[in-house]
Amino acid sequence: MRTILENFDLFLLLVFLGVGYVFGRIGEMRHYRSIHAREKSLADVLLFAAKRPPPEITAVDTVLVSGSAVISSDYFKWFVASLRKLFGGRFRVYEILLDRARREAVLRLKQQVRDRGGNMVFNIKFESLNITMGARGGIAAVEVLAYGTALIPRPAR
Amino acid sequence: MQQDQLLISNLDYVPGRRIVRHLGMVQGNTVRAKHAGKDLFASLKNIVGGELKSYTELMQESRSEATERLLQAARQIGANAVLNVRYQATSIAQGAAEIMAYGTAVVLE
Repeated sequence: MRTILENFDLFLLLVFLGVGYVFGRIGEMRHYRSIHAREKSLADVLLFAAKRPPPEITAVDTVLVSGSAVISSDYFKWFVASLRKLFGGRFRVYEILLDRARREAVLRLKQQVRDRGGNMVFNIKFESLNITMGARGGIAAVEVLAYGTALIPRPAR
Repeated sequence: MQQDQLLISNLDYVPGRRIVRHLGMVQGNTVRAKHAGKDLFASLKNIVGGELKSYTELMQESRSEATERLLQAARQIGANAVLNVRYQATSIAQGAAEIMAYGTAVVLE
């Protein structure tokens, strides 16, 4: 007990690392499982980076749709990344973070399109914003926004 | 995102409709921060990682406000659509961000 109290900082660090690792891992696995399932079910909603839809398409309503998500890194990943920073190179943990945020944002956008009865989105744009908390060099969180114009077919009269 | 009669799109034209008049650029912006309580919760959530729902909501609210202001500006100059809309976000201070929306106000046939 006394050694724990004497090394309280180290103890806390280890607890945070452990909790971050376990829960971060579980959360990430769950998230990817849900991403894969929804990607399958929304695969028929097509996204185009093209600025203009083909001119033949006229009987449609255009609606601005968007999806966004803020995903945070966990303590363990943040720790790994700060060690990585000493050597530079590829930050695998942050690549995964951005991948999750981006795919989640796209899925939310696609869901909006489906809810409105459309299946095509043009002029897709992405934007990301770093929302890092705490003092400088705090745990990274990132927001990704995806937006575009959905073409919603008008009901035939 | 808010709609309100005005058509809003990030294409530079509207399929099947003609642009009668260009009225120039309009914009809307907002700066927002989270209140301290929710921020504290988010920093705890930070340890285990995953989605920070309160922040996702904050950003969505800010974006609809910026859009609302953009539409207001467009309405004031007599436009009925805003085309080529873009969003831009900048984090200005810890936990505060500016969201800006801009586009071209036009009159459609």
